[in-house]
Amino acid sequence: MKLKLPKVTVWRAILAVILLSGLYATYLRIRYGLGGSTNLTDQFPWGLWIGFDVLCGVGLAAGGFTLVAIVHIFNIERYKPILRPAILTAFLGYSLVVVALMFDLGRPDRIWHPLIMWNPHSVMFEVGWCVTLYSTVLFLEFIPVVLEKFGWHKPLGWIHNISVPLMIAGVLLSTLHQSSLGSLYLIVPEKLYPLWYSPLLPLLFYISAIAVGLSMTIFESWHSSRAFGRALELSLLASMARVLAVLMSAYLWIRFLDMAHRGVFGLLLRNRTETWLFALEIALMAVPTVLLYQRKVRMSPGALYACVVMVLFGFIANRLNVAVTGMEASSGTHYIPKWTEVAVTLSIVGAGFAIFRVVAEYFPIFEAHPSNEEAPRKVAEMEAVAVAVK
Amino acid sequence: MSKAILYDSTLCIGCKACEGGCAERWGLPYNDKIAAEERISAHKLTAVETHGERFSRRLCMHCAEPTCVSVCPVGALQKTSLGPVVYDAEKCMGCRYCVQACPFQVPSYEWNERLPKMRKCDMCFERQSQGKQTACAEVCPTGATKNGDRDQLLAEARQRIAEKPGQYYGKIYGVKEVGGTSVLYLSAVPFEQIGLRTSVPQEALPDLTWRVLELTPDVVSTGSVLLGGIWWITNRRGEVARKEGPRK
Repeated sequence: MKLKLPKVTVWRAILAVILLSGLYATYLRIRYGLGGSTNLTDQFPWGLWIGFDVLCGVGLAAGGFTLVAIVHIFNIERYKPILRPAILTAFLGYSLVVVALMFDLGRPDRIWHPLIMWNPHSVMFEVGWCVTLYSTVLFLEFIPVVLEKFGWHKPLGWIHNISVPLMIAGVLLSTLHQSSLGSLYLIVPEKLYPLWYSPLLPLLFYISAIAVGLSMTIFESWHSSRAFGRALELSLLASMARVLAVLMSAYLWIRFLDMAHRGVFGLLLRNRTETWLFALEIALMAVPTVLLYQRKVRMSPGALYACVVMVLFGFIANRLNVAVTGMEASSGTHYIPKWTEVAVTLSIVGAGFAIFRVVAEYFPIFEAHPSNEEAPRKVAEMEAVAVAVK
Repeated sequence: MSKAILYDSTLCIGCKACEGGCAERWGLPYNDKIAAEERISAHKLTAVETHGERFSRRLCMHCAEPTCVSVCPVGALQKTSLGPVVYDAEKCMGCRYCVQACPFQVPSYEWNERLPKMRKCDMCFERQSQGKQTACAEVCPTGATKNGDRDQLLAEARQRIAEKPGQYYGKIYGVKEVGGTSVLYLSAVPFEQIGLRTSVPQEALPDLTWRVLELTPDVVSTGSVLLGGIWWITNRRGEVARKEGPRK
């Protein structure tokens, strides 16, 4: 067989450029330290790598635990066809968050320290433990796909035996650290701008993580249906979108109540960067929420996709507002990421897309159900075992 | 007995002897250029600031309930019973949560090192353990920086205000700020006029996160029962449906 060179497409060319710049940025990070490769300072010690790669990365990977809970704990089986891609996204997402942390930590060689040097009073300690444990859970939830591909049924059975406690542990660990990413900012009451600082940060981070997990799942299904020419599970996605609309409504309502109780609406009258970026964030979340209440929107692949993308950007805007916009005023400095920070972040995102695509192509991620979206229930005995595990 | 530093801005003449003494104690370079920097950084752990005709000194406040100690995921920062907040560079993994969280913007990071550490004043923990004065207090020519037991320094500060009420702004900074600090300030003018952060809360900050973190065991235990229960119910429903299914 002749070795086929991959076809050059626009997207592949862009990806290559991004990865090359990321590679050079990595060299600069190692050679010149954080000072030479970032615009971080004592006044602004957490930038894009924490704000986007970690806060958004972990949130965008929340589809994994959300769908595991829906399919295997609430036993709503019809969502099964989109469970595997969600778990793959989560597993990839968490792996990439760890990669990003290796860039951001001053001493990446000591990333394992929290495992043996404990401080239960630290939110970061809790996040570190949860992310480590949950990555292990995700590995075990994902590995059946690989085992299945190569027909190794014995370990498949072992994992199946522990699958229920494993899945429950996964949901609990996610609950803890998704909310804890918000708790990280509870300790800076006088530093974080009052439009974002709230004692409810952990709750708000948790709800928005679930919402964005659903959004990511819809986003992936949409893209993979185009990439692999599969039928779109539209009625399934539409009913998820309905859940999404309700969740987003609850989220926005809680934020409104929280702001009302803290009496911060007056801040919205000030003509400041914070006000405008806050408005952008809320608009990106509120507009799709309203639209998704309409059946016409939910049932149109294009409109549904547009809504979901808005929610994703609204979520990203929220996390970046908490991590960057909201922290600027009190820091007494202005932070704009250096090109190296952006290059590393884009490379990580690009690598995520590329790896997802390759894995989805070679492993049984999307179930075969060519035309009828209410997939055939009759699955072979062996496959049923595997399905139960993932 | 917990140690502290009392800094009396009205006695400070801005000679920066404390800066020199501090640099020497840490083995850090000190020259005119560094002396001109009015900001603490990884190579300058205390700094004398000029505010018009008045001076102020910046250094780690050594809080009674330090935020940095609570946020450090590896426990590299500790509040000693002697008073100083000390740092173990061997544990630190460089997450910089202490830099982010400190209400006084004190910890500095060695941004340009390839194997960086956090740097901050440790109130000369070693010297004080041996019964010696902090380097800054020892070299201060006017007594503006005084090192001693916190209770005694607090009493002395109150006495100074009582004796010369006209010379002092009648409050002591560090008594209540973030639950109390081991560095106390006296000033002739309101504290924000000599660059101190008066917006910091009057309670210790670690409670803000602990209130949530202490719920972890509750969330895990309640969540396990709830999720396990839901699974049991829904799964049972599935089993029944499957068994009854073929009958129709």
